[in-house]
Amino acid sequence: MMLTDLTIAGMKRGLAARDFSATELATAHLSAMEQARGLNAFIVETPEIATAQAAAADAALARGNAGPLAGIPIGIKDLFCTESVQTTAGSKILQGFIPQYESTVSGKLLGAGAVMLGKLNMDEFAMGSSNETSAYGRVISPWKARNSNRELVPGGSSGGSAAAVAARLVAGATGTDTGGSIRQPASFVGISGIKPTYGRCSRWGVVAFASSLDQAGPMARSVEDCALLLTSMCGYDARDSTSLDVPVPDFAAGLTGDLRGKTIGVPKEYRLDGMDATIAALWEQGLAWLRDAGARTVEVSLPHTRYALPAYYIIAPAEASSNLARYDGVRYGLRVTPPGGNLADMYSATRAAGFGPEVKRRIMIGTYVLSAGFYDAYYTQAQRVRTLIARDFELAFEKCDLLLTPTAPSAAFAFGDKADPLAMYLNDVFTVPSSLAGLPAMSVPAGLSPDGLPLGLQIIGRPLDEAGVLDAGLAIERAAGFTARP
Amino acid sequence: MTATPWTVKGATGDWEIVVGLEVHAQVTANSKLFSGAATTFGAEPNSQVSLVDAAMPGMLPVLNGECVRQAVRTGLALGAHIHKWSRFDRKNYFYADLPQGYQISQLYHPIVGEGELPIETEAGEKAVIGIERIHLEQDAGKSVHDLHPTMSYVDLNRSGCALMEIVSKPDIRSPAQAGAYVAALRQLLRYVGSCDGNMDEGSMRADVNVSVRRPGAEFGTRTETKNVNSVRFIMATVEIEAKRQVEVIEAGGTIVQETRLFDPSSFTTRSMRSKEDAHDYRYFPDPDLLPVEFDDAFVADCLASLPELPLAKRARYETALGLTPYLANVLMAEKETAAYFETLLAACATAQGRPEADVARAAANWVSGDLFGALKRLGKPIEASPISPQAGAELLTLSADGTLSGPLAKQVFEAMLETGEGAAAIVEARGLKQVSDTGAIDAAIAAIFAANADKLAQYKAGKEALFGFFVGQTMKAMAGKANPAVVNDRLKAMLAG
Repeated sequence: MMLTDLTIAGMKRGLAARDFSATELATAHLSAMEQARGLNAFIVETPEIATAQAAAADAALARGNAGPLAGIPIGIKDLFCTESVQTTAGSKILQGFIPQYESTVSGKLLGAGAVMLGKLNMDEFAMGSSNETSAYGRVISPWKARNSNRELVPGGSSGGSAAAVAARLVAGATGTDTGGSIRQPASFVGISGIKPTYGRCSRWGVVAFASSLDQAGPMARSVEDCALLLTSMCGYDARDSTSLDVPVPDFAAGLTGDLRGKTIGVPKEYRLDGMDATIAALWEQGLAWLRDAGARTVEVSLPHTRYALPAYYIIAPAEASSNLARYDGVRYGLRVTPPGGNLADMYSATRAAGFGPEVKRRIMIGTYVLSAGFYDAYYTQAQRVRTLIARDFELAFEKCDLLLTPTAPSAAFAFGDKADPLAMYLNDVFTVPSSLAGLPAMSVPAGLSPDGLPLGLQIIGRPLDEAGVLDAGLAIERAAGFTARP
Repeated sequence: MTATPWTVKGATGDWEIVVGLEVHAQVTANSKLFSGAATTFGAEPNSQVSLVDAAMPGMLPVLNGECVRQAVRTGLALGAHIHKWSRFDRKNYFYADLPQGYQISQLYHPIVGEGELPIETEAGEKAVIGIERIHLEQDAGKSVHDLHPTMSYVDLNRSGCALMEIVSKPDIRSPAQAGAYVAALRQLLRYVGSCDGNMDEGSMRADVNVSVRRPGAEFGTRTETKNVNSVRFIMATVEIEAKRQVEVIEAGGTIVQETRLFDPSSFTTRSMRSKEDAHDYRYFPDPDLLPVEFDDAFVADCLASLPELPLAKRARYETALGLTPYLANVLMAEKETAAYFETLLAACATAQGRPEADVARAAANWVSGDLFGALKRLGKPIEASPISPQAGAELLTLSADGTLSGPLAKQVFEAMLETGEGAAAIVEARGLKQVSDTGAIDAAIAAIFAANADKLAQYKAGKEALFGFFVGQTMKAMAGKANPAVVNDRLKAMLAG
């Protein structure tokens, strides 16, 4: 077996048993990255940092004081600020920006001994579901449909993370999820990914898209690996006012996959008209697997589900329009100064050149919905809907412990297939409601589409019940026996 | 007293004015509203800027609890309603010295609600001005446009500093009231300790809203003159803007709602932008911050931390200490003066074994007279007085027990200023003790009578005005140390004899 095929849990065992060194692990992955540059999964590769960190991990392992992730090679989504390493959020406006600080989450991972291989490509400012909006070129999925040579999207916005994990370039990666940006790409490339409860992971040092929704989480090739990474990523941070001051369990140690006594809810509103038959069947299969693991299944109602997407596409752009105002060419990043122009001209030229079309679209939507005369009709109304959606979940969780749904309405599509922004936004239909409610949710690979592409199922839990979500994920992972690879 | 309303005498009749003030007061705190950066005035440009203040990517605001405490204390001092639940909103606009592209403020749910501030103009006219609200917000940085021909410089030291915006109701009706309101507010803030009130350092500045109307009519259209930074300029802005509006209306024009600027060099206001060009600030709740919530115990702690406030202090000086309204006002006007006076008073009372009320007049007269005079000469504020309250008490006690006459006390006071030594030590070293011994005084008087027999004769013939001459000669002969009362008594006796 190649070193790059190992899970994080497997790597930990091998490192502990001295079967191989962290340096060997890093080298194997750096070489895989070189081979797979065609995927464009990385914006920046950091082999020197990786080599040094791997050597440090080997030394720590030898001393016996290694951190829980010592020597584990990971990739960091380019939304996380990394000290001394360029951080662009996939945007031209931050080209060449080198932070003097390390985001809390990436800092915790590196502090646990993880080895950073590089910064992963992504949709610009995490706005996209296909990785086509990156200013650094699209990321190509390592998967191809049976009997087709068309290049497929890896999903988004954590598309670089998804492609790198699936292609065995990294053992795991950080993602961020605002409306599905961890779960949808995980589903598209056949890996696992969890968005924890809003506030579990500090947002400090993570370039903001929509502050009330943004949440970091891990992406990896097994549920256990996700649990291992998540344990290190979570934790209270006084520098983020929305961070939750609650204990962080050892998620991996607590994993059982035992669902006896658990009730799984099936939200009837997620059965969309014209739903893909394979996905509908896979969903039924997933419920059967969970019953096999000891759970009871019950139909529940989330009556405001159909208002979730419109509300999301008001709230997220509104926050983004304000969060992205700081990219003005004054202090860092791109600056374009038209000859003879004034300050306003500099703003216009800088932002026109620095932002891509999708980012501009969302800034304009956000500016519009917050403007005088429209605020109540859009923003206030969307916040009311958000409250109702959260209430839907609360009521549903009186009848069940977890929810099972598909992750995305389809398998990965080809580049250019969803040129209409609205068609693209519909990709988030199953992931957005739990984002609006701030709930933990994960995608686990469960099967293949008729043309051999991965399909994921989504588990949604009560606030702070990542453990329950991971257990159901493990049950599906075990039952599905998903072994397909690109 | 109800004064005649202040009016602008227009060509077509009298116009009343309606004024409301939005005072921005920088909150006294060691660090900024949402970051740990320092807030010292006058530091090197861009030396007090954290990653948050510079709005670096991924940086998040964390509320400084001390600023919340100061806002609540200020609200309590104004008798205002305290909102135990408030929230921060973003006010979005682009400017080079606004790094985030938005100011974090409180539009929808301010921390302090309605209150009031009693004022008294210099002419003695009293009024009570309503407070609409106080909210917390970030200050912007500073743009400097005159250091380079084509570029502007930005200093972010002030960026993120905490401001209280204190919004009055439109209750102000004259320039004098506007001045009195700002002065009273500044005094209150300084007493509370929530703002240093240094208007020349920009710690306090006001947006002045003015409209005019026929007496008793509906409010007219108002203009807002931004960032006026002295009491004098605020009063001038009210008057100038009111007169300008009357002229415009009487010439057949209409007042447009607009933002104006006061020009201190020409004492005029000019238009900055009209309502049509007004920013759409797109306010919305800041998703990076949780609502601000506290309980009754927190409010009670804030209340307990308040010092005696100006009005209460003034009343106490008049009633309990028996000071004249004038002296009471002089001594409580600045909290540093009041603090000095009260320390002095306590020391005097202890040293003389008398109640404070008995020694207050002498202490008050000395502070407002000799001490103020000396401080003015030296150009020093009272907190840097070369004579401490304890040293002052020593001097006043020597006067009270008859050791020093008035003229001698002044002599000792000057010596204290020069040498920094204590009053008793100076009296001892220079032999400045007052002489009340009638034997010595009688001898001196006898010698003067002998040397001025002609004058003595004239006095006895009825020229009583010569009494002063004999007093002067006696004091001179005694080198100023004779007790003037004893000299008077003895002279009268000996002249009669």
